[in-house]
Amino acid sequence: MQIIESQKIYDVIIVGSGAGGGMATKVLADAGLKVAVMEAGPFFDPANPEQRTQLKWPYESPRRGAGTQRDFGEFDMAYGGWNIEGEPYNNIGDTKFDWFRSRMLGGRTNHWGRISLRFGPNDFKAKDRDGLGENWPIGYDDVKPYYDKVDKLIGIFGSNEKRVNDPDGFFLPAPKPRLHELYYIKGAKKSNVDVIPSRLSILTKRINNDRGVCFFCGQCNRSCSVYADFSSGSCLIFPAQKNGGQVDLYVNSMVSEVTIDDNGKANGVKYINKEDRQLYKIKGKIVVLAASACSSARILLNSKSEKFPNGLGNSSGLIGKYLHDSTGTDRAVFVPELMNRKRYNEDGVGGLHVYSPWWLDNKKLDFPRGYHIEIWGGMGMPGYGTGFDANGLNKYLGLTVGGYGNGLREDVKKFYGSVIGMSGRGESIARKENYCEIDPTTVDEFGIPVLRFNYQWSDFERKQAKHMHETFEEIGHNMGGVVLGDAPGKDQNYGLLNPGRIIHEVGTTRMGSDPKTSVVNEFERLHDVENVFVVDAGPFVSQADKNPTWTILALAWRTSDYIIEELKKQNL
Amino acid sequence: MDRRDSLKSMILGSMAVGLTLESCVNTTAPEIIEEKIWKYTYGRTPKEAVFDQELMLEQFFEESELQTIKTLANIILPPNEHGTVEQAGVVDFIEFMVKDVPEFQVKIRGGLMWLNNTCNSKFNTSFVNCTEAQQKEILDSIAFPVMEVDEQVQEIQFFSLMRNLVLTGYFTSEVGIKELDYKGNMPNVWDGVPQEVLDDHGLSYDAEWLTKCMDPNNRDEVAQWDDEGNLIT
Repeated sequence: MQIIESQKIYDVIIVGSGAGGGMATKVLADAGLKVAVMEAGPFFDPANPEQRTQLKWPYESPRRGAGTQRDFGEFDMAYGGWNIEGEPYNNIGDTKFDWFRSRMLGGRTNHWGRISLRFGPNDFKAKDRDGLGENWPIGYDDVKPYYDKVDKLIGIFGSNEKRVNDPDGFFLPAPKPRLHELYYIKGAKKSNVDVIPSRLSILTKRINNDRGVCFFCGQCNRSCSVYADFSSGSCLIFPAQKNGGQVDLYVNSMVSEVTIDDNGKANGVKYINKEDRQLYKIKGKIVVLAASACSSARILLNSKSEKFPNGLGNSSGLIGKYLHDSTGTDRAVFVPELMNRKRYNEDGVGGLHVYSPWWLDNKKLDFPRGYHIEIWGGMGMPGYGTGFDANGLNKYLGLTVGGYGNGLREDVKKFYGSVIGMSGRGESIARKENYCEIDPTTVDEFGIPVLRFNYQWSDFERKQAKHMHETFEEIGHNMGGVVLGDAPGKDQNYGLLNPGRIIHEVGTTRMGSDPKTSVVNEFERLHDVENVFVVDAGPFVSQADKNPTWTILALAWRTSDYIIEELKKQNL
Repeated sequence: MDRRDSLKSMILGSMAVGLTLESCVNTTAPEIIEEKIWKYTYGRTPKEAVFDQELMLEQFFEESELQTIKTLANIILPPNEHGTVEQAGVVDFIEFMVKDVPEFQVKIRGGLMWLNNTCNSKFNTSFVNCTEAQQKEILDSIAFPVMEVDEQVQEIQFFSLMRNLVLTGYFTSEVGIKELDYKGNMPNVWDGVPQEVLDDHGLSYDAEWLTKCMDPNNRDEVAQWDDEGNLIT
């Protein structure tokens, strides 16, 4: 099969259109560079009525919102999921790594929770505190100016709290807590657990005249049709185009490898056009990988050549290693005082209005690193599952469970909005033994070798999950609730979800000063190849108990600025 | 091309390449295909749209089974002034879901058979032809999960599944959502819990917390901050 080669030479080829790729597109195109954006899925615009799911009612679909087609329910705006037909991945031994991919312009930013937490000064230097893992070669002060710029460009609500490791920023005002969140605050205060307004990239106030303002439908996971939440397409790529930027979007284009010239410099990428299933090559002076931590690792490992037999940029042998996801476990609480609620619209923003940042000192605990608590509940829109086990909670009231007849209508109405959930999301320790690598036994439908995963939690993470449940139980009781179910025991890893489940996988091309122990330098440039950069979460040395997106964005901007500077100096 | 036409060409275009669908298309009357395609619009990708069309054009349950489901659904949730299982489209929903979740198929078909076999043995007639008292006599033996055991017997599992599907089908319908009195899914401005609700629960907003919160009156002004991150608009 012949490779179809384009003669056009781009200044930069960006692989992936999620948070990192979107930010690189915006900054580099605004600087006047000719940019190609490679996206493995279709074009997506949340304002397009044919793709829109926002404000749809469950009865507008024959399955009423069930998650059989999209894992988070069929109105969720991620084309893809834990498994994608024709694009498998494998696990080694008893590993149970779950890998979530979204194939569409904007990637996973179209459906994510918008929880946008800066890393704090301690997070960049965690090894100094407990001797575990590795420090980042950069610190909070290096990233702070970019966090500030991201806040102002994209918009985030929250509050300045003067907390050392949860730095202040440039926040839009927070939405007031909902009723169940006031119950949570009450319970958490009694338990001496801090609670502050959440920090979500949703526009509670106008940030510019191109994007709308939140109208409180609570459906950010469906991607906002007025662009009032952060999705990479609507907030970065479209504005870059609108700004006159030279941006060519290559959609349905699955990048298989980065190509190099005789001097070992990258000169383009190969990709398969999913529509005609032909192999193409485009040329670029610089390649920026932003395909997601694992996908970028896969592309690099598949970019084998005489000069780079183990994959591009892999002289350290560390590409794919140090893969780590956030820890996570959840618990629900039934609050009898929340039965028979007065009805009013409390959709609010899509997600929590309050949260608990990490509040303890690990010196007094049997596990390292912290976690934060996310809160959910309320009188949300019914969907597939509403009415399941309609009166199961009756057992806590000494009433009959089961039956039939119109009493069930009353049961459903009685319990609507009476359950509050808590989710712990914490920091795991990056370990070399947890990795993804190329599986030589399997290719995807495009003929590209796939990844296989090897990942085990350690006691650090298990003990953290145990602590989460102890906290949930205490807070649950303190808000006057009945904590549902038993605390998961040791045989269930204390409820710790499978790695990958929190969808914060990071670390596969980690950053460092020493080319022997890291893959990219502090500007996310491959140690081995001077014109290849990685701007997704691959370079994360550690992931804190913070969701990675805001740091991906800040670092992608910082790296893009560096690329522009180097081009000016003609160093690239 | 208007939206309806472009969606239609998208779906029909994708259909043309789906060989499995051809047989359905050939045997289903055009007006039925038209109706099934246009009943729902909910942001499908072309591939998802084709999959859903396939399911909608297939028929799993036989007419007698649908009749039994309908009778059962009306006992689980009898009609009242708020709405009926018919208005909520519950039977169609269950017909769709057994194709969408194939694990439901044997459970429900077998459960319906169990119901009829039991009625035949006991009353010498099928479930739908039993008197209401006879129907309830049978259902009383399967409608209450046994709290002491971890795994319920088949017929109790069957009834629980039917109850789940009937209730979720009802409360995700237009009439059901109205009865539940869900107030959202429309543009609005969230400005906190209504005072009378706070009073009912003996709760109040913390004054300091409120200083961090959104003012509905100036949220259309473009945000500006001082150097310390204090919002000044």
